[in-house]
Amino acid sequence: MTEFNAAKIARTSTGARVDLVLVSQMVTRGAKVLDVGCGDGELLHLLGESRDVDGRGIELSREGVNECVAKGLAVIQGDADTDLGDYPNDAFDYVILSQTLQATRHPRVVLEHMLRIGRHAVVSFPNFGHWTVRLQLLFAGHMPQTDILPYSWYDTPNIHHCTIKDFVQLCNAIDVKIEKAVALNAWGSPLRLNAPWWFWNLFGEQGVFLLSRKS
Amino acid sequence: MVDAQSLTDTIVRDADRPRDSLIATFGADKPLKLDAGVSLSPFQIAYTTYGTLNADKSNAVMVCHALTGDQYVAQVHPVTKKNGWWETLIGPGKPLDPARYFIICPNVIGGCMGSSGPASTNPQTGRPWGLEFPVVTIRDMVRAQAMLLDHLGIDTLFAVVGGSMGGMQVLQWAASFPSRVFAAVPIACATRHSAQNIAFHEVGRQAIMADPEWRGGRYHLEGSNPRRGLAVARMGAHITYLSDAALHRKFGRKFQDRENPTFSFDADFEVESYLRHQGITFVERFDANSYLYLTRAMDYFDLAADAGGTLAAAFKDTPTRFCVISFTSDWLFPTSESRATVHALNAASARVSFAEIVTDKGHDAFLLDEPEMFGIVRGFLEGARKARGLARGLTSK
Repeated sequence: MTEFNAAKIARTSTGARVDLVLVSQMVTRGAKVLDVGCGDGELLHLLGESRDVDGRGIELSREGVNECVAKGLAVIQGDADTDLGDYPNDAFDYVILSQTLQATRHPRVVLEHMLRIGRHAVVSFPNFGHWTVRLQLLFAGHMPQTDILPYSWYDTPNIHHCTIKDFVQLCNAIDVKIEKAVALNAWGSPLRLNAPWWFWNLFGEQGVFLLSRKS
Repeated sequence: MVDAQSLTDTIVRDADRPRDSLIATFGADKPLKLDAGVSLSPFQIAYTTYGTLNADKSNAVMVCHALTGDQYVAQVHPVTKKNGWWETLIGPGKPLDPARYFIICPNVIGGCMGSSGPASTNPQTGRPWGLEFPVVTIRDMVRAQAMLLDHLGIDTLFAVVGGSMGGMQVLQWAASFPSRVFAAVPIACATRHSAQNIAFHEVGRQAIMADPEWRGGRYHLEGSNPRRGLAVARMGAHITYLSDAALHRKFGRKFQDRENPTFSFDADFEVESYLRHQGITFVERFDANSYLYLTRAMDYFDLAADAGGTLAAAFKDTPTRFCVISFTSDWLFPTSESRATVHALNAASARVSFAEIVTDKGHDAFLLDEPEMFGIVRGFLEGARKARGLARGLTSK
């Protein structure tokens, strides 16, 4: 079961998913990267092609792993919640968690591990503070379902939804520095950079964050 | 069934002069230094090759065989007349295509198909070594293979591939000669032999040694052959290569050529008949003492112990890229063993891929038609070819 419906995320003119392009642009060329929850390897492939990175992946689903390895990507089967502890400190330049944060059992622990293993972390997630989500709960009175998150409350793999505001608070709580943050609207365009957080939290469908350790 | 004398004679002949094989001999100037603290000299390695070595000698692939395998990996076996044991993986259009790669498959040291082992003639006495042959380890096998590579004038292997004991050799290659291995594919194996596996091996060895025909390992000299003991060892081991589900699917409780039980100890059940057949055919192509030596080599295998107790240290700063593969129903080398290998490789910052393949065929799955495994090996090798700069110019032939 995938965490979200990737087909509903906007794509660039070259066919690449906008959120993945944004993530890849936050990674310096030639860096060593670990993609946690790499799915079918689309981001790792993009990073290899466009940023010349030395990429590795962890993926929970067996199908995803086997598909990735058959494509020549260095991917292992593993669980973000249990297996990140096996990686040594500073093993990577970047650890990426793309559209997976909301499916982890312990998002805070996962984030802490990411910034232990890598000097930087890149996290992208669907913003549960988006106005369409808020309206569903307010007026329809049921748990929100969106194009990207089509699941019912009882069968969703996404157990830890958060808003952009929530995520910023978590970063502050664990003393993580936000190097860069971008919110994408439903059409995949970045929202105005100088807009206040509340604006992003209401109109951003996705948040993409570049993080680093404070100390 | 052939008599014991001629069976033993055939085995001794194949141990010195195997059919359809190349032989590399290493004289007194090139002794093989063994972990046991002694040197083997002179010695020989029998091997087969497929494909052509390219001009810059960068397309060599070593295939390491399992406990009861040999160098006949992709050709008809001269004794059994069966197809090569890994023709599912090696051949035109297969993941290991001789049109692309120069594939080398040596018989291991301690084996009985032409590489020096207990059935080979001891040059000092002119008679088969028997138990006077020194005990060898997986590391010794790989040392000998590295000498074969020197002999062939090849510096670096593009890949080393093997399953089970062959997979142990792959891991040992990466640990002993990291700069000579570009890509490693250890399948259905572990970095150490578990207590349970040592226990199974001990049962097999005891079966051989309990056969009066074994004669304290001197059957070569006394015209006998412990084929009953070796057959029982093979039957027991063969069960560990399968799975409950596979045995049930294949045989269930079906009777062999009869409608009702005979109320005797005849092979009433199909599964009994199958195992007996496995045992009987095995003794025609395998030396009982060699079985003792090779099982012992696997028992001693422990890469972490060799590296001071930390497995990751065995692969520290390795430049090799790995593709570790396991099978869901393999209880001899379960996925947990492969995971431990992967964790150590991650801790060593190695470039590692790991896939577990769903199958009910047990440990033997690595030798069988497993399309998913072929897809993974093919994809991994393709990626490695690109990284190695092999992908252009060599793709067509």
